[in-house]
Amino acid sequence: MMSDPILKVENLKVHFPVDVGTFFSNKAQLKAVDGVSFELNEGETLAIVGESGCGKSTLGRAVLQLLHNTEGQVIWMGENITGYSVKAMRPLRNEMQIIFQDPLASLNPRMTIGEIIAEPLATHNPDMPKEQVKSRVREMMDIVGLLPRMINRYPHEFSGGQCQRIGIARAMILQPKVIVCDEPVSALDVSIQAQIINLLGELQKRFGLSLLFISHDLSIIRHISHRVMVLYLGNVMEIAEKDELYNSPRHPYTQALISAVPVPDPDKEAHKKRIVLKGDLPSPINPPSGCVFRTRCLYADQQCEREKPDLNTLTEASVKSTHQVACHKQAEIHRTN
Amino acid sequence: MSIILEVNNLNTRFDTPEGEVSAANNINFTLQKGQSLGVVGESGSGKTQIFMAIMGLLAKNGRTSGEAIFKGQNLLGLPVVELNKVRGVSLSMIFQDPMTSLNPYLKVSRQMTEVLIEHQGLDKESALERSIRMLELVGIPEARKRVHMYPHEFSGGMRQRVMIAIALLCEPDLLIADEPTTALDVTIQAQILELLHSLKEEMGMSIVMITHDLGVIAGMCDHVMVMYGGRVVETGTVHEIFNDARHPYTQGLLQSMPRIDGNHNEDLYAIPGQPPNLQALPSGCAFQPRCQYADAQCRSTQPEPAALSQHRMIACHHITVAKDLIPAMESA
Repeated sequence: MMSDPILKVENLKVHFPVDVGTFFSNKAQLKAVDGVSFELNEGETLAIVGESGCGKSTLGRAVLQLLHNTEGQVIWMGENITGYSVKAMRPLRNEMQIIFQDPLASLNPRMTIGEIIAEPLATHNPDMPKEQVKSRVREMMDIVGLLPRMINRYPHEFSGGQCQRIGIARAMILQPKVIVCDEPVSALDVSIQAQIINLLGELQKRFGLSLLFISHDLSIIRHISHRVMVLYLGNVMEIAEKDELYNSPRHPYTQALISAVPVPDPDKEAHKKRIVLKGDLPSPINPPSGCVFRTRCLYADQQCEREKPDLNTLTEASVKSTHQVACHKQAEIHRTN
Repeated sequence: MSIILEVNNLNTRFDTPEGEVSAANNINFTLQKGQSLGVVGESGSGKTQIFMAIMGLLAKNGRTSGEAIFKGQNLLGLPVVELNKVRGVSLSMIFQDPMTSLNPYLKVSRQMTEVLIEHQGLDKESALERSIRMLELVGIPEARKRVHMYPHEFSGGMRQRVMIAIALLCEPDLLIADEPTTALDVTIQAQILELLHSLKEEMGMSIVMITHDLGVIAGMCDHVMVMYGGRVVETGTVHEIFNDARHPYTQGLLQSMPRIDGNHNEDLYAIPGQPPNLQALPSGCAFQPRCQYADAQCRSTQPEPAALSQHRMIACHHITVAKDLIPAMESA
């Protein structure tokens, strides 16, 4: 029996007011996240995948209440934390942490890495004796694969991969339950990406961490996640267990996304059937009516233009796990494929 | 088949306050007409600087020696006036970030017609017509209207198409594409790769694809050149590199890539350590501090490139060892 989810997000919306028009300075709403619901279980990695502008980073920040959502709820271990002030959030912060894409930019260049990693402790446990802080920092450095003797060095002395390890150590020092990873390996070289992905996997196993892994890279996600949620223009297109999603994607967007990923195998590449989507992502200020994906969808018809599809759970007997798809045509597409 | 580009013993160095830095050492390769070459390596491996040198686009503190013979003419050391008769005409380059190559102050129409008026002596009207046709060819909708827009009015994928259109205006024989899809989303990347592929097939254009993405190379290229620490460590056909990689770095790179079609329940193979700093390269082979086969010879002497066939080259003291170990590594 599954225990209660550690994090539950219900119908989350994040809209930003923006100015449009030169003369009348109309206020419009940029719908960055438009009604997203999901649950994150203990020890689980949920990947959020989508192209730039799909709202994946905004969603990650709203979950941590670093950004306030316009509508919907964020429930943290049974407690509704929606709209909590900075002060009210503070005691919860040591349980939820974030690591960022640009490892060097997220580290203060004037602080030694020892100070950087210790900073969350100073905020959350100001009374901890100095010696204990230091030993915790050293221990954490060792866990993430940094030599503890580097404790007095500055961020610029480290490579990108090492800076990401520093960011991970800083996030881990408070022993959080959840880490939001926002494109943590996108800025790293291929050979270093593998090191960081393996490190995150190890930390998860060792400490029972839950990860919300935000990425645009479907190959990496296939490696690290348990479940995958596909976002498009602030809406969930599909959510399923990893193998289910990659082996039988049901949403036309997920299908196109997976088929577009180049595979490092010349024979497979030569014979692969690739679905090439036409056009670009529409503007989130003025999203298409009905299904937001319909302007690029091969199967769209009038129903898709009129009605926004609900995120429905597949009921077929062959689908073992929970697999949800937001598409009017998915059953039809599945039959013809 | 005729050779379109032949590079002999190319070296690129930069003078820096910390001393001289070698970005590319002893580079040799040939590219046949109508073929595509993938150049793969991590940041700082020198893959871009080779082609910046060939294009005469090195930073002011950069110096080049050697030969780069393009259609019978050595481009290195050519005066700018002569170089401009080649660049943008029969040899074009596109970059990762289109915004750094497009002029934000000028309409796309101006940036495109300028090339044709300058190089082909077309008048304004026919140059505009040609530009519109080229924008249509690269898949920009409403090209007739959009040609009069500024670069910022295009999306990232569309801007990359505009840049490709400009590069193709004079129907070059060779297109050098430096990470052309790295900044783009996968669905847009698929569009651009498909476009490049059809240009190669239909126009017989040769392509150099500089990238860190082995997946892009597998789908696009005939030959592959793997770079590490400013040197070529392995070359071969795309099948040789992907199915029979011999250099430990190439093997490690292939195995460390997370694959959408691979085994997903085990840890990834990770090459230990960090990519080298070109200002402080290790002694001997640049890869030796990260290599599981490294021995005293590797730490003391730079391995010479050994040619196995016309297009197959490996620079490793342990070619035979590495080869024997491939099956073992796969089953491990």
